[in-house]
Amino acid sequence: MIAARDVRVRLGGAEILCGVDLDVADGEWLTVIGPNGAGKSTLLRAVGGLVAYTGSITVGDTSVQRLRRRDLARLLAVVPQSPVIPPGMHVFDYVLLGRTPYLPPLGRESEKDRAVVRDVLARMDLTGFADRPLDTLSGGERQRAVLARALAQGATVLLLDEPTTALDIGHQQDVLELVDQLRRDHGLTVLSTMHDLLIAGEYADRLVLLAAGRVVAAGPPAEVLTEKLLATHYRAAVRVVDGLVVPVRRDSSHHRPSSGSTAGTYP
Amino acid sequence: MTTDGGPARLRVRWLAAGMAAVVVAAVAGLALGAVQLDPLGVLAELLNLIPGVHLHSGLNEREAAIVTELRLPRVTLGLLVGATLALAGGCYQGVFRNPLADPYLLGVAAGAGLGATIAIALRGTAFGFAVPAAAFVGALLAVGMAYVLGGVYRTPATLILAGVAVASFLTAIQTVVQQRNADTLREVYSWILGQLATGGWRDVLIVLPYTVIAGALILVRGRVLDVLAVGDEEAASLGVNPKVTRYTLVVAASLATAAAVAVSGLIAFVGIIVPHTIRLLAGASYRVILPLSALFGGAFLAVADLIARTALAPAELPIGVITAFFGAPFFFLVLRTSRMTS
Repeated sequence: MIAARDVRVRLGGAEILCGVDLDVADGEWLTVIGPNGAGKSTLLRAVGGLVAYTGSITVGDTSVQRLRRRDLARLLAVVPQSPVIPPGMHVFDYVLLGRTPYLPPLGRESEKDRAVVRDVLARMDLTGFADRPLDTLSGGERQRAVLARALAQGATVLLLDEPTTALDIGHQQDVLELVDQLRRDHGLTVLSTMHDLLIAGEYADRLVLLAAGRVVAAGPPAEVLTEKLLATHYRAAVRVVDGLVVPVRRDSSHHRPSSGSTAGTYP
Repeated sequence: MTTDGGPARLRVRWLAAGMAAVVVAAVAGLALGAVQLDPLGVLAELLNLIPGVHLHSGLNEREAAIVTELRLPRVTLGLLVGATLALAGGCYQGVFRNPLADPYLLGVAAGAGLGATIAIALRGTAFGFAVPAAAFVGALLAVGMAYVLGGVYRTPATLILAGVAVASFLTAIQTVVQQRNADTLREVYSWILGQLATGGWRDVLIVLPYTVIAGALILVRGRVLDVLAVGDEEAASLGVNPKVTRYTLVVAASLATAAAVAVSGLIAFVGIIVPHTIRLLAGASYRVILPLSALFGGAFLAVADLIARTALAPAELPIGVITAFFGAPFFFLVLRTSRMTS
């Protein structure tokens, strides 16, 4: 569904992506992990046609750069890391923005567009929120509204940039299970970035580990989430137990009850 | 409330209220003044202007002439200028995603003022089509400077600060031009104070084409402004080209401002307060804000002009004094009540 070849992105004189190859199969959920500044979001933005790149990115069989913006928006919906919440906008109108790529340039939404939105709101369990201003929703509800807008686009590819930041673990699961179900019900292809390695490994079919703008590992979670790879690229001290990544404290002395040292003592 | 249609829809009662405000303001502006006329007679006289309508207004020939020849052009000009400034203000606020943007704070009006002053100084008269053209060039120059210096991607405050700086700079140049052309000084000065006193049908005809074109360009883009509210990148991911949209709308709003400034001088306040009040009362969607701003902005300025010419009659107050004097307390009131209810 998505194929990226030798993708390079320069931003402000620095090379953020240095020749990335990526394949996402139809109906697959692929998650890009990597330390801060590895280029995860930039990769997603390149696939979404939101940043200039060299190399090739195709969605379906068409090059992202060749597609008109409207056509790309019908094919591919982006859920940004921190969506802008327009003050005073109601949930229904916000989700209705997802119909933008289907409207004639100066036209307005048809009854069909409204029906799509009502249907999406029902599926996302948001019907009761339709008339609420977006800025009065909780973090989890808001994230559902943003996802609903993406679904209203009717796209087959979903790009999720850190979809669970700012959510507690229960709401993280709610959102990701919802995405997973939508993927299975509607045959969506999902490309996401994620910080939380445990969650990433749990929900994605495959992981891609990005470091300093390059793909350093790709494959099923078990092959990517290894102590060695994480130690090298995250500079993290972790132990992988039964496929679960467990952080361990680098300075083991902290595990002992400190008697004399001043560090770590509390009044 | 029902979700059908969505809350962003322009409610019929608001549209009706806006139209009623325009009619009431127009009739009041036509009936009141040095000669007091019967409002119903004035209304009948207005309807008589529609081809095929013949009503008995009860006004004598002289009174009818006061309505149609003396006051009607001025009231029409007030409606047009008010609608144009409010619409342009609402448009700038949407384009720059900044509720503080308005033709004055952005320096657009000052730029238009400079352009118009140069045109007046060179030609020796405030009349003619060169003035709006020069005002338009000045307006675009000013908005370009504010945009480049303030940057749309920084905080809302930087754009406004840049606009204020641009406005001061251009006003300084304008003052120099004005002082160096002593022969046209009075002409420029009375024009700058902002009044519709010179208004005749000629002024209406000067402003009308600009207002109609710019107004139409802006009004049909209300939905796109709602999309821009989520920021450039998200707007792009929804299939909109934010840059092209922004440029076309800025040009349209600057054209509208320039035309308004060219015929009425500098009338501050309408462009920021009217759209704001609408936003607080009727909703945040630009599909609601833009048309209602045009209606209520027109009505507001027509009433302000009525007060300007009657309050200290036979002397006239600059209309900007009136818009600020009555607009500001009203706005505080709206701001207070809406903060308390939300």
